Amino acid sequence: MSDSQMHASVGALFMPPDVDTARRFFANKSRVLTDKLVTVDQAVSRFVHDGDYLASGGFGMVRIATAVLHEIVRQRRKGLGLSGHTATHDFEILAAGRCFDRCDVAYVVGLEMRGLSPQARRYMESGCVQVTEWSNASLGWRYKAAAMGVPFLPIRSLLGTDTFKYSAAKEILCPFTGEKYAAVPALYPDVGIIHVHRADIFGNAQIDGISVADWDLARASKRLIITTERLVETDEIRRAPERTQIPYWLVDAVCVVPYGSYPGNMPFEYYFDDAHLQEWFDAEKDEGSLATFLDKYIYGTADFEEYLALKGGEAHMRSLRALEPLHRGPEETWQPLTA
Amino acid sequence: MAASYSLTELMVCVAARQLEDGRTAVIGTGIPLAAAMLAQRTQSPHLIIMFEAGSVAPELIRLPRSVADSFTQTGGLMHSSMNEIMEACQRGVVDYTFLGGAQVDMYGNLNSTMVGTDIQHPKVSLPGSGGANDLASLCWKTLVITPHDARHFAAKLDFLTTPGYLTGPGAREAAGLPPGTGPYKVISTLALMGYDPQSRRMRVESLHPGVSVDDVRSNTGFDMLFADNLTVTPEPSAEELRVLREEVDPAGMIIRKH
Repeated sequence: MSDSQMHASVGALFMPPDVDTARRFFANKSRVLTDKLVTVDQAVSRFVHDGDYLASGGFGMVRIATAVLHEIVRQRRKGLGLSGHTATHDFEILAAGRCFDRCDVAYVVGLEMRGLSPQARRYMESGCVQVTEWSNASLGWRYKAAAMGVPFLPIRSLLGTDTFKYSAAKEILCPFTGEKYAAVPALYPDVGIIHVHRADIFGNAQIDGISVADWDLARASKRLIITTERLVETDEIRRAPERTQIPYWLVDAVCVVPYGSYPGNMPFEYYFDDAHLQEWFDAEKDEGSLATFLDKYIYGTADFEEYLALKGGEAHMRSLRALEPLHRGPEETWQPLTA
Repeated sequence: MAASYSLTELMVCVAARQLEDGRTAVIGTGIPLAAAMLAQRTQSPHLIIMFEAGSVAPELIRLPRSVADSFTQTGGLMHSSMNEIMEACQRGVVDYTFLGGAQVDMYGNLNSTMVGTDIQHPKVSLPGSGGANDLASLCWKTLVITPHDARHFAAKLDFLTTPGYLTGPGAREAAGLPPGTGPYKVISTLALMGYDPQSRRMRVESLHPGVSVDDVRSNTGFDMLFADNLTVTPEPSAEELRVLREEVDPAGMIIRKH
């Protein structure tokens, strides 16, 4: 049984869980079925502003909206807030551009099995970024609270730790049982960016494989930019509506970006470009080599297509398709391990 | 005469033996996953592996690089979400979580956030909690695998990222964490450890071959307990090594990296 002593947290609450402000915002968001196709350049110009709070979908280097992340750096957005449930290559890109100055952190410096990002470490150790600590589940549940339209959810992690102390969660007593829980506040990002497998021009979007936190992130975000591997007719969405994770009225911009998660993995499409991820990692060793690298791949390219062309274009991308183990439909290649 | 093996191979085999058949486990990449895959292919064919990003019960054909990547999803029973996995843990249906490479204290608390005293200006930034805080709060039994030296086995953590037994008996429950959960085993480069049920302090159960009590003492930053019936960790069997090398990690991502 929990004790009655309550503990306070000291972390900054970057985004207050103001559900009625959010309701009014969503009430005024258009439900009109309109063509939302834009270029990535246009999407970032219109929907990502200096100082906005940003949430990146997917999982760090799997199904990330790389083209939007590059464009945010290319357009030199500054002063962003950022939500970092496992943020790895997405975090590397934004840390390279020094685009954010505050971060809700669960996992941002590590690159899973690839080690620790030198640039992410430099940036986080510089004192330029105000940090509030969380965990992956607490951030996922913060999106979920926002998606539910409630100001908080009671959860059973964080409690008893420094992660709690440096978060902006609060301890509460259950009104039914009297037991102690951590209350995590709804998180409504100003803008969410999600890469999907297929979408129509209106923004109806489908994700294959694990969805990570994107079901809730799409619903929590005030503005939502979708990049998609493929543009499809609405009829194709209607033929498999059980795959639809994001209905069009959540979406502000649809950008068609084949290989849009490169150099990350896009399940069912292509696997990581390990060599290029290593090239990023190596370039981060000092500020000089990183600047040269960014000039070549981001500031010196007009768009994501030019970046892909520098990395070997379609031929190279096809080689990454060959490494991908998951396939959809009649071409299904998975076989049981044991007969 | 046992086959020759590396310390990493020994650790993976010891770790695999801790995972009972028919249980559910949320597993991180790296050595923990190599151990879970080995367990499935040896004594625990019905061990259910889940990944925090959303994959449920895949048939793993290779070690993934990320807990979200395609190789976590091959032959899966369900492709779900991070919230679905974490809610399963919170609901009480996940038996084990298995975490890698962090600083640990005598109560099994973990630091994977930072070295230093100021979170706004850390001396060294570490990866962060990720899902570790949640998984070690919510799963029934937490296993940890980490190198054994006085830096990793520390008297005091710079930052308590992930809860072990906190300050000792009853502390998890007092904090509001689910009753009956907590640290279970630690597998290090020197020994296999559990926890003394009364004091909730870390206790060596078996020493790896060739390791002495003094070796453990001199590489531990706190006062380590030793079980009365202290044993020697059984060496990897030929079959364990064959499965590990040929089926689990033929590319050597884990066993030839460390």
